[in-house]
Formats: sequence, structure tokens, C-alpha cells
Amino acid sequence: MNPQSSKIILEMRGITKHFPGVIANSGVDLTLFDGEVLALLGENGAGKSTLMNILIGLYRQDDGEIYVRGEPVQINFPSDAAELGIGMVHQNFMLIPRMTVAENIVLGMTSLPFVPDMRKISNRIRALSEQYRLKVDPNAYVWQLTVGEQQRVEILKMVYRGAEILILDEPTAVLTPQESLELHDVLKVMTSEGKSAIFITHKMDEVMVFSERVAVLQNGKLKATLKTSETTPQELARLMVGRNVLFRLEKEMQEPGETVIELCHISAKDDKGLSALEDLSMVVRAGEIFGIAGVAGNGQDQLAEVITGLRKPTEGKILIADRDCTGKDPLGMIKAGISFIPADRIGMGIAGNMDISENLIMKGYRDEPLSSKGFIRPNRIIDFAKRLIDSFRIATPTPKTRVKFLSGGNIQKTILAREIDACNNLLVAMYPSRGLDVGATETVRNLLLEQRSKGIGILLISEDLDELTSIADRIAVMFEGKIMGTIKSEDADIEMMGLMMAGIPLEELTNDVFEKSESSTE
Amino acid sequence: MRMVIEKRKSVSRKAIYIVPIASFVSALILGSILLLITGVNPITTYAAMIKGAFGSMHALSETLVKATPLMLTGLGVAIAFRMRFWNIGAEGQFVFGGIAGAGIALFFSEIIPSWLVLPMALVGGMLAGALWAGIPAALNAYLGINESLTTLMLNYVAVLFASYLYYGPWRDPLGFGFPGTARFPEEAWLPRIFGRVHFGMIFALIAALILWFILNRTRWGFELKVIGENKTTAKYLGIKISKNIVVALLLSGAISGLGGASEVTGISRRLQAGLAVGHGYTAIIVAWLAQLNPIAVIFVAIMMAALLVGGDQVQITMGLPAAVGLVLQGLILFPMLAGSLFTEYRLKIIRPDTPPSKERESEA
Repeated sequence: MNPQSSKIILEMRGITKHFPGVIANSGVDLTLFDGEVLALLGENGAGKSTLMNILIGLYRQDDGEIYVRGEPVQINFPSDAAELGIGMVHQNFMLIPRMTVAENIVLGMTSLPFVPDMRKISNRIRALSEQYRLKVDPNAYVWQLTVGEQQRVEILKMVYRGAEILILDEPTAVLTPQESLELHDVLKVMTSEGKSAIFITHKMDEVMVFSERVAVLQNGKLKATLKTSETTPQELARLMVGRNVLFRLEKEMQEPGETVIELCHISAKDDKGLSALEDLSMVVRAGEIFGIAGVAGNGQDQLAEVITGLRKPTEGKILIADRDCTGKDPLGMIKAGISFIPADRIGMGIAGNMDISENLIMKGYRDEPLSSKGFIRPNRIIDFAKRLIDSFRIATPTPKTRVKFLSGGNIQKTILAREIDACNNLLVAMYPSRGLDVGATETVRNLLLEQRSKGIGILLISEDLDELTSIADRIAVMFEGKIMGTIKSEDADIEMMGLMMAGIPLEELTNDVFEKSESSTE
Repeated sequence: MRMVIEKRKSVSRKAIYIVPIASFVSALILGSILLLITGVNPITTYAAMIKGAFGSMHALSETLVKATPLMLTGLGVAIAFRMRFWNIGAEGQFVFGGIAGAGIALFFSEIIPSWLVLPMALVGGMLAGALWAGIPAALNAYLGINESLTTLMLNYVAVLFASYLYYGPWRDPLGFGFPGTARFPEEAWLPRIFGRVHFGMIFALIAALILWFILNRTRWGFELKVIGENKTTAKYLGIKISKNIVVALLLSGAISGLGGASEVTGISRRLQAGLAVGHGYTAIIVAWLAQLNPIAVIFVAIMMAALLVGGDQVQITMGLPAAVGLVLQGLILFPMLAGSLFTEYRLKIIRPDTPPSKERESEA
């Protein structure tokens, strides 16, 4: 379909929004045509969320107008947006697990009678889910659903309420590749029936697959609006960060040094008491990045917890610099020189209500110079915080700003700064660039490489194969708590790693190859 | 015109001070509506209350006497609440401290040197209070038992145990059946500063300073703060959560227990009915109004005491019910809880007839 020929359904003109000290949006113009998917692309903090929050009535613009179907509108409350047929699927789903799909979909609708006819509602949901290929059982409880199914419920909720303009906030972040493809189909059906969608993302490849047009935001300003068919991921990346980013990573050749950590036949159980790690052995050496690949949930969490002392192994030994550290608590592991960048940044990595300087000293506060004889030294703490803020380029108004007010990338930089500064042996990094924008991702990866050249051992747990192959020296693939095989990253073959991630050990793969080559010579 | 509540991008520092003051003013306004309904002039009533609470040396003395137990229990509650440990047992810790202080004052004065009686009574009170908070703390830290229930239940145990003692085995045989122990020997009397104001107030001031120092200038205080803000983070950083909660609660109970021991040795000089009048519950309001800041606890406690004493005075001078003060105490908390919303959110007023560009955010 040629969007230019169809009607404009939504127009935002000159939208400006200030927050204290920050201009979140500045004169942004956005046009959405009937029946198209518009990608809204930008780094974290580029102003995508603010713009969309204005559209759905959570914020109000300081300046600028919004037109829906040609009429100027005032959107002061989410209910105003709903009346105009604008609905948003948030990244964190707004569903109640103990209620059924149908109940969740109609929950809070003002037009509902006192005693709703749930059978009629379920039938209508069934019809809609068939029409839009959003397969989900209206009578299932939400807690029974996978993340992908929950997202379908959120979309159905909007459709049920008559949304004509759907806003999807990084919808693929929580989906498996298969589920992403299904979402793509859903959007196709919807747009073919005249609905329009705004697709918020910071991934270029998604823009190319999902959208007809793309609007690029940078620093709160609209950089460009392009037809997807007429652009390339490279051009989009350049527009998004204002410079070319084919990750400039400086990985030097270097021989790894001595063993910093050795796991010998480690087994561990998960919180439910089921086996999570089975007879796992591995070695990380100084000055190398040892990557762990695998589908999330195959024991990576437990591996990191065992190494950082948060979980006790049921069997096996942990040797750190040749000393037996099996069964040490987190403090013991910290003292043995282990730093940890946890997967759950907000929930574990920081205390959001405490300020940046306090979050930065959380590893070093026990020792000189930040404290002496049990007393902390405020002046030294501020100096220390300023030094880290400078050298890690954490964007913050002051060292006394609460961490929860920083952007995701800066929160991660705060954690990295603290952990790297305190690290003198092994750095365990879990999904360190997940959810970060291009610029922050590059910073994170370069910081890890910098530590590598300083002779720190790094255990990099990641789902991102590109990340692993670009910065790791060796990569081990985990499946169901076991290592399927370890390969050098220069020999990494995506297909082979995929097979190992599906549970086929490396030996079988190489044997197969060997047998095949043998049989072919016969 | 419509109003929208919007999340702030940063916490307003001003709001931290303005909210308690505005709450107090709102309470006065709400209170004056009540007073107007009962047909009295609120301004003369408030003036009489202020005069009654601060207008003379005697008035000031009575206000500070009432404030002292509120300061100590308020400090005890504040330190527990900072750990997100909902200790509503300050009343029991206060009373149990009083029991221990009284027991030592009554029965040890003949065994130990006389100069040692008072310090032992006070230390005994602290230990008893610490025990009374330490039990629920340990139950919570090691067995996961809900602390708000256990601390509340132990209040009843302490209060009823005290009345068992002064009605039963500890009752003064020469007291003409009056429910209370014999008067303590003079060496167990806590010295007074002026009027009835006793050294308990000095203890409270010192405790507030020490607590402020611990929380802001020591490694342990930093660990307590991290535990209070995010237990998962604390665990990940290698901070021992259970141990720290128990130790903090021992301190919390000890401060309340010191309050009880000071009260019996400084005011009544005997254990009698009237020790448990709800200081430990008012302490919860004191701690919240002070936003868990130990220095602020001192001032809030004086303010709350002034409301009580002032309320008593208007009963005498204007013939109004003394409950006026209690009503105002209660009224303060509502605007306070509502007001705390504005440290993280702000109100925006939207006038549909003016273009949005004319709006200016009232953000500092």
C-alpha cells in the first residue's frame, strides 16, 4: 500500500515538552497514515516514550498541537486517548495474573453493565482473536500464559476497546524470534483492516521488517522521517546516534594469563529444588573474556549466583586464584576479588532511592579511603564519585541525584563504574548491554575490553551472539545446566552454536562432521 | 479547568520541608472548622493552646516532660522503620523498660552500691527494651514471621505484665490498696533539670545525635540504609541482612526501653498505672512526621506534646474538651500522608481555554 495516498489519521505538530533540566521533546512533528506501521526509532532517552506518553494522556505537552482525523484534540487523560481510539501496549504488561483473559480485557471499561455477560464477552474476544490471529483462550488465567500470549491479551484489550491507533512500546523485547514473527503477521492483518500502529524500538532490523515508514528521534528532536523501503539500517543507525556506529571495538590480540577462577564439577539446584547446574567445569583466565551463550533459563542465573556466592553449590569446588572458595558467602566472594554486573539492574544492581555517590561506593565503602575505622568519609566519597562519574561519563546533574532518575544506560554505567573500580580478579557480567541503546552498548563493550587488556578475567553471560563473537575470546554454550562445548570465538559458527544451544554437544557435532567427511570420501 | 497529577522527573527538595509544615497548617485549618462547628473562636483557642504549652516555665516544663517519652520512642520507631521493619511495639518496649528499671530500683538498692542503682536501672531498662524488640526481630529475620503482629502482641504482654506486678507481687503493702509499687529509694531517682523535666530529655537529645551520626557517618549506618532501600541489593553486596536487622532492632528497643526506665525513675518514681498511655503509638506518628530523621524526631515530639498539654490547658481555661489536642494530633497525619505524594508527583492545572504554550510549570 502506498501510505501517501491514504488519509492522515494522526498528526502531532511542534510537540515540545520540558522537564526540569531536560528538554524531552522539542518541536516534534509526527504524521501517521491510515493503515500503516510507523516505526519510532531512537536511543534510550531520545524522547520516544515522552512523545507517546503525551499521545496517550499521561503527560501534557508544553507546546504543540495534536490532530486526530483532522480535528484538533486535547488529550489530558488516558481516557481521552481511549475515546479517540488511541491505545498503547506497554513494555511491562498491565495485567492481573489471577484474573482470566476475558476479565482482564474488560476490566475498567466504564461502559460495562453492573453484571457483565462474560459468555458474550468471551465470544466477542474469540471472534476478534480469530480475525486478528491473536490466538488466546479467553477463559484462561493470565498467570497460565507465556509472555508472548500476555502480549496478545494486551493487544486484544486495545482492539476490543475499539483502538484504531495502536502504540507498541518495544514489543519484541520480551518475545522469542518465533513470537516476533507472529506479531509481524498480526500487525499485517490489522493494518490491512485499516488500523494504524506506532512501533517504538531502538533496533534497526526491526524497523526494516515491521514498518512502512520510520521516524527517527535524537535528543528529543525529530531527525528524519523516511520510507523504510528507501533506507538502510546503516543510514538509520547514523541518524539515530548522529555518527556511524558499526561498533568500533578495539580488541587486541593478547595471550591470556593465569587462571583466575576454576569451577570443578559444580552442581547446583534452583529455587524450586530442581537441578540447575550439572557437573559443570570451566576455567576463566586473566585477560580473557569467557563467553557463556545459551537460551535464557538454562542455568546461567545459577552459574552467576554460584560464582558470586549468592547460591551454594551442592557439589564441586570453586578455586579462585588457586584458593578453595567453595561455599563462600557474597562478602567472601567480593573479598576474593569478584565483581558482578547483575542481570536485574534496577532490582539488584542499585538502590534507586539512594543517590549516585552512595550507589557508587557500595563496593568500596568498607575500606580506605572511603571509610576508616568504621566511619565513612563524606568528602572522600564525593571526590570518588566525581572521579567515576567523569571517567565513565555518567550523565547526571550532580553526584547527589537519585539513581532512579537516570536513564537506563546511565544506570548501567553507574553499576559498571562501581564493579569495575572494585574488581581485581574476575568480572561476571550478565547481559550487560541488554536493552541499552547503540551508544551505551558500545561503551559497555569497550569497557569490558579495557578490563580485559588490564588483565582482569571476564565471564560474559549473554544472549547476544554478535556481542559474544565480537568481544569474547572463548565461548561456551550452556544447555540445561551443562556446557555443550567451548569454542574459540574466531571459530564460532552461528549455526553450530545454535545446535549446541538446542542441546547437541560439540563432540557429536564434530563427530558428525567427521563421519560425514569420511563417508563422503568413500 | 482540570487537574492532572504528573510524576516529577526529580524529587523536589523543597517538598521535603514544605510537606510537614503544610500538613501542620492544614491540620490547624481542619481543626478550626471543627472548633467553629462547636461554636468557639479557633484563633483564641489556638492562642490559648500555645500559651498553655509554652506560655510559662511551668507550661514549658510540662510540655517537655510529655515530649521526652515521645522523643525516645519516636527515635526507636524511626530506626526500625528505616529498615522497613514495622515495629509497632514501641509501647511494649517502653513499658518493659519501665518494668526492668522499676525492678532494679526497688530490689537492688540494698545489694549494690547506691551510686550504681540509677545507672543499673537505666541500663536494665535498655536491655529489657532491647529484648522486647529483639524477640520479634529474630523471629522475623530467621523464621520470616510477620513483625507487625509480633510487636503488637508483645505490647499487650508487657502492659498486662506491668499491671500484674503493681496489682500483685510488687504492690506497695503500705499503699492503702493503691495500684502501684512503693516509691523508689532516692538514689534511684533520675535528677531533674527544671520543673519536672528530667535527664531523660538529655538522653533523648544525645540519642538523636548519636543516631544521626550512625546513620549518616558510619559504615554500619550505610549498610542499614541499603537494607532499608533494597534488600536484594544488600544481599548482592554481601551485607548480612538478618544480623543487621536484629542489631538495629536491639538498638530500637533499647532506646524505647530507656524511655520507659527514665519515665519511672524521673517522673512517677514508682511503677504504677499510667505508664502505658500510648506513647509508643504516638511515636509512630512522630517518626513518620519526622520522615524518620532522628533530629526532626526531637522537634516533632515537642510539637505533639505541646498539642497535648495545650489541649489540657484549653480544657481548664476555656472549658473545652481536652480532646482538642488529640484531635489535632490525629488530623496532622492525614495531610502528611496525602502530602508525601507531592515529593514525587506534582499537580498540574489545565485550563482548556488557554493555549498550552501559556502554561508554565510551577517546578522549582
